[in-house]
Amino acid sequence: MTTTPEAVRRASPRSRRAATPPDPAKPLLPATEPVRLLDPAGTPLRAPADYPEPPVEALVEMHRRMVVGRRFDTQATALTKQGRLAVYPSSRGQEACQVGAVLALRDTDWVFPTYRESMALVSRGIDPVEVLTLLRGDWHCGYDPAERRTAPQCTPLATQCVHAAGVAYGEAHQGRDTVALAFIGDGATSEGDFHEGVNFAAVFKAPVVYFVQNNQYAISVPLSRQTAAPSLAYKGVGYGVPSEQVDGNDPVAVLAVLTRAVEHARSGQGPFLVEAHTYRMEAHTNADDATRYRDGAEVEAWRDRDPVARLETYLRARGALDDAAVAAVAEEAEAYAADLRTRMNTQPTVDPMSLFEHVYAEPTPQLVEQREQVRAELAAAQDEEGER
Amino acid sequence: MAALTMAKALNAALADAMLDDDRVVVFGEDVGALGGVFRITDGLQARFGDKRCFDTPLAEAGIVGFAVGMAMSGLRPVVEMQFDAFAYPAFEQIASHVAKLRNRTRGALSVPIVIRVPYAGGIGGVEHHCDSSEAYYAHTPGLKVVTPATVQDAYSLLRQAIDDPDPVVFMEPKKLYFSSAEAELPATTAPIGRAVVRRPGRDATLVAYGPAVPVALEAAEAAREEGWDLEVVDVRSIVPFDDETVTASVRRTGRCVVIQEAQGFAGVGAEIAARVQERCFHALHAPVLRVSGLDIPYPAPMLEHTHLPSVDRVLDTVARLQWDDQPDGRWLSRGSAA
Repeated sequence: MTTTPEAVRRASPRSRRAATPPDPAKPLLPATEPVRLLDPAGTPLRAPADYPEPPVEALVEMHRRMVVGRRFDTQATALTKQGRLAVYPSSRGQEACQVGAVLALRDTDWVFPTYRESMALVSRGIDPVEVLTLLRGDWHCGYDPAERRTAPQCTPLATQCVHAAGVAYGEAHQGRDTVALAFIGDGATSEGDFHEGVNFAAVFKAPVVYFVQNNQYAISVPLSRQTAAPSLAYKGVGYGVPSEQVDGNDPVAVLAVLTRAVEHARSGQGPFLVEAHTYRMEAHTNADDATRYRDGAEVEAWRDRDPVARLETYLRARGALDDAAVAAVAEEAEAYAADLRTRMNTQPTVDPMSLFEHVYAEPTPQLVEQREQVRAELAAAQDEEGER
Repeated sequence: MAALTMAKALNAALADAMLDDDRVVVFGEDVGALGGVFRITDGLQARFGDKRCFDTPLAEAGIVGFAVGMAMSGLRPVVEMQFDAFAYPAFEQIASHVAKLRNRTRGALSVPIVIRVPYAGGIGGVEHHCDSSEAYYAHTPGLKVVTPATVQDAYSLLRQAIDDPDPVVFMEPKKLYFSSAEAELPATTAPIGRAVVRRPGRDATLVAYGPAVPVALEAAEAAREEGWDLEVVDVRSIVPFDDETVTASVRRTGRCVVIQEAQGFAGVGAEIAARVQERCFHALHAPVLRVSGLDIPYPAPMLEHTHLPSVDRVLDTVARLQWDDQPDGRWLSRGSAA
């Protein structure tokens, strides 16, 4: 049998493909560098084809919410110093992530926040007093999570990653196109539940966006102690989950990347993982002393990448914001903070009887007994006070 | 009526619940095509499809956390932990979320899920397959903890657990899976929260649950030869606990032995003994005694019969209930640490 040139031509592409099969992991990997649409000074960069710039109205709204969010954050920190809050984990510096995540979602989508997401919750329209209920020592979740489609702020690390997978799968199971977005920090990506959550979401093609805010520290432990991976976004590929990394202090890029991630999830292609490189400008909480583990120069360097200033510069240059608009937003933020201050300046009333209300749908006989005991103790204490 | 095993009754309870309520979904490890390692989910996937009964990745925290999310979306998940000790990775999800979500959200969210846990020993299982883990769950407010000892209860309690508005840890005594009884399904027995007198008697009360109930019944039968007429109370529902039934029985008999298969220290039996002593002090003719597993990690299969509460150990304990109204010498000897 002789080989014709035609046969060689037909055979060669096949043999070339056989020699270098396409890498199935490649489409899942993030870009080598974080996606960035604005440079740190607010100058626009060429938008990559996958991440078109969001509409300018969305960016103006994002700016408004970031300014209000930052003012809320400052006010919450002040309330802690005044003793009105037991503790407050600030997300100052992470405004682009906090607000971008909310803007990428519909009101009917589910959000799974951690304790650092107070700003995201107020950005979602939840009353700030309700958001701070947990931190002022009143009951653990001040808002109605079912109505707001926002889970209680999660303190155990990464456990919410599995809940997000379950809710997203459950919604799809019942024919609804809900997306769930789980916030998670860099440290929590070391927890087992992060991996189990991402894996479950992937196996069941659940519409979840896992949004890692890598703010460089887990309390005091730096990222280098959490992972040897080139980027936290690489954690998706092992589970068959596409991922991206983004400059978390570039609001335009954050919104662009999260918008695509949410679209990916909603279109039935399963979960998507985003790592945002950002920085926690404040200590872990007011109870922490960040000078013990990080350098002031490092913090200063991140100050130059401030997300709020960056977006404002860009929108001014585009003519979408002027002095009057910026002043109006600042005024709105001040009024928001003043209202919060006033309403937080009262001591919440708590009812000891509420201790027994929601342990079970109906209290057990043992709880009924204990409730009566507490009731009697309180009555006795009141009588004693009356006699004095 | 036909003879039915506890395994079949549990299987029927799941099938009937799935038939009655579209929101009921069953998942876990090997529960699909295989029907579970104990075949409790046998045939469910074939009958209801793999959206209603499905296998998951091998990750227990994932299984329980997934169920939490699904419950938040309005479903009623029933999950299987393959063995008692394999449920430990899920403990954080159970203790921090399943048990607390209703309380944390002031009733806005509830987690009406059922976590089925095959538990306890007596089947010659190797290590990590025989733990009696009920006390961990019973110690966690917000969870209900239920354990059947009869075929009828297996069916009825599981149906009730699935319908319950609260999360239920459903502890299935492995060694009773293939015990059988004449039973007609659907069976309706006493509600969750109620204990049941399995055998009436006048002289002393044996309080037992799960795998210890048949031991108690056998001991009560054997005790007739010694002239003791023993009452046996099956706790069924560890949480909520039925003080009323247990207390009424002990007040009648004046003597009480609590029997559990789990190691004794800080166990459910200790709680029951304390409650009985508090409530029945003036009716008691003897201290409340306990028969339990030894305070050791679950032993090698060839030694498990020494560890597990036996009829003889129960009878020896009953003999110490001060029938002659004399103090128990064990507590008086100088060598006793107590």
